[in-house]
Amino acid sequence: MAMKMIRDVIRDTIDAEMARDDSVIMLGEDIVGGNGSAGGPEAIGGIWGTSGGLWAKYGADRVIDTPISESAIIGAAAGAALTGKRAIAEIMFADFIGVCMDQIWNQVAKFRYMFGGKSRCPITIRMPYGAGFNAAPQHSQVIHQLVTAMPGLKVVMPTTPADTKGLLAQAIRDDDPVIFLEHKALYGVKGEVPDEDYVIPFGHARQVTQGDDITILATGMMVGLAENAAADLAQDGIGCDLLDLRTTSPLDEEAILDSVERTGRLLIVDEAPPRCSLATDLSALVAQKAFASLKSPIEMVTAPHSPVPFARELESAYLPSPDKIVAAAVKLMSYRRG
Amino acid sequence: MQLSREALIRAYRQMKTIRMFEERLHDEIALGEIAGFTHLYAGQEACAVGVCEHLGPKDYIISTHRGHGHCIAKGCDVIDMMKEIYGSRDGLCKGKGGSMHIADVGVGMLGANGIVGAGAPIAVGAGITAKSNGTVSIAFSGDGACNQGTTFEAMNMAVVLKLPVIFVFENNHYSEHTGEAYAVGAESMTARSAAFGMKAIKANGIDFFSVHEAMRELIEWCKGGNGPASIELDCERFYGHFEGDPQRYRGPGELDRIREERDCLKTFRARVTEAKLLDGTELDRVDAEVTDLIERAVAEARSAARPTAAQVVEDVYINY
Ligand SMILES: Cc1ncc(C[n+]2csc(CCOP(=O)(O)OP(=O)(O)O)c2C)c(N)n1
Ligand SMILES: [Mg+2]
Repeated sequence: MAMKMIRDVIRDTIDAEMARDDSVIMLGEDIVGGNGSAGGPEAIGGIWGTSGGLWAKYGADRVIDTPISESAIIGAAAGAALTGKRAIAEIMFADFIGVCMDQIWNQVAKFRYMFGGKSRCPITIRMPYGAGFNAAPQHSQVIHQLVTAMPGLKVVMPTTPADTKGLLAQAIRDDDPVIFLEHKALYGVKGEVPDEDYVIPFGHARQVTQGDDITILATGMMVGLAENAAADLAQDGIGCDLLDLRTTSPLDEEAILDSVERTGRLLIVDEAPPRCSLATDLSALVAQKAFASLKSPIEMVTAPHSPVPFARELESAYLPSPDKIVAAAVKLMSYRRG
Repeated sequence: MQLSREALIRAYRQMKTIRMFEERLHDEIALGEIAGFTHLYAGQEACAVGVCEHLGPKDYIISTHRGHGHCIAKGCDVIDMMKEIYGSRDGLCKGKGGSMHIADVGVGMLGANGIVGAGAPIAVGAGITAKSNGTVSIAFSGDGACNQGTTFEAMNMAVVLKLPVIFVFENNHYSEHTGEAYAVGAESMTARSAAFGMKAIKANGIDFFSVHEAMRELIEWCKGGNGPASIELDCERFYGHFEGDPQRYRGPGELDRIREERDCLKTFRARVTEAKLLDGTELDRVDAEVTDLIERAVAEARSAARPTAAQVVEDVYINY
């Protein structure tokens, strides 16, 4: 076991996968950093610190620094993956998905289906995402709701260092396209990471806290907020069954339904705006398949139906918080029928 | 063409305002006063001002993530800009956009932009309006943005539609940490622009007069109904890509050298005083006035009203 930050786990896992499999390549903007400058390649080594040293170790044919060209990055990764490589593409901020949406949505996600099951496109698209840095409307968004809605893509949202290792290894080895979402606020999170090689299969939620009163479903940065709220609620005698979904596609329906059947109450925490979202999707699932168990209406703590604002006060008002989660939990507990 | 004294002083004032605005922000950011990502424009003042001194309120510009200089040059209110960067509800964009999204459509400034390469296509649309107004539309982009597919599409479309759009490429030789030498595959950005079928020239982006003269010619060309044009401006950025950038990609002494030898403000002052177009005391007076203005902007921004939670959902729509 070693104590590691998520950003280092990402780098080390890519390193291990590149060492293990010669067909793994990586593409992105400034992932080498310093090409064409006096400082030379690796002068910076990736703006997130997730690719340092990889160029030196594996060379420019496998660690490919690209111009600012998101469509070509995803297209090139897709083309390489379709023809025998295993490609990891980095989109510097998830918000830039707008530039390369066609390649992701119409190409990568649909090859296998359109080609009658006769192709493979093993591509992992890594995207740092999320708010919390006052980075304003175009550098703060979550996009899991968009990609989860797209058949053909798998969507992963790790929250701990140990999970990051197993889920990223699985993503890179997976023969299907995977969107791997890295919350910017979690890069510095530290935790124990087992040394041995392992993968975590997709579609299995992680039980964060156990309790019999409320099921809380969360992803990404919301998991930590919900954990804080659950600790507060526990002091008041309210037990929370908090599930970190880990992957939103595939989705661990069984864990969700089992929990709700036990608690009878559901609270969903989502960093996305509330319409056509993961929160609405989960709520529909439970309403359809666990209706009889519900003791109260489903509660959601989400961002509002607005872009992510810049100013400090506005962004913190925009984001879910432990206080908002506690308030929603209290509302759930005090619900009386009729 | 010889500029009047008023025009020279005005150009100097604009450049100096940008420089002092950015230098002050650099200090304020170090104090932790300002949230978010800030990309400073210092070093490139002659580009923004050399272009915008030709423009009126019905001419349009669109900017980049490094947008403060373009805003000031196009006439955005400096105090309101500072308030915006501080996140005040009284800021130019009510604290919603911050540094990367400063805009004042009312003065023809269609926004700084967080998406590299997003500006050029929008400038083509503003070019449609400009064509009917007899004005021009300017897309500012960097040497990094010039590699984005959106930029290529916009250039081709402007040629096809014969629009009065000028693609201004400020080549500061870096996109984030990557050198232009690596990322621009063509022999030169200017040659690539020419290949789209438009008039394409290059000018010295650290010399206000070089930019200003070249732009006069291009604006006449565009207004003459000849379609779009492009200009590559060779320039330098004096700070990191963003505030906090360790700049390890720079060579030893590189920053000191460009600040010493390639400073557009020093170049301007030397040029106008040597040619006896203006004397140093006149420029010193401008310096003092700008110092006061920036001081006032920061003081006002610091004490300006903060936004409230209720404002998060305001201005998502006009009517909903
Ligand atoms: C679509 C998109 N890709 C990447 C980025 C990240 N990014 C912001 S600025 C920048 C470099 C831009 O370089 P250049 O166009 O030369 O402008 P400069 O920073 O030199 O002013 C990059 C890669 C972004 N904001 N948007
Ligand atoms: Mg540049």
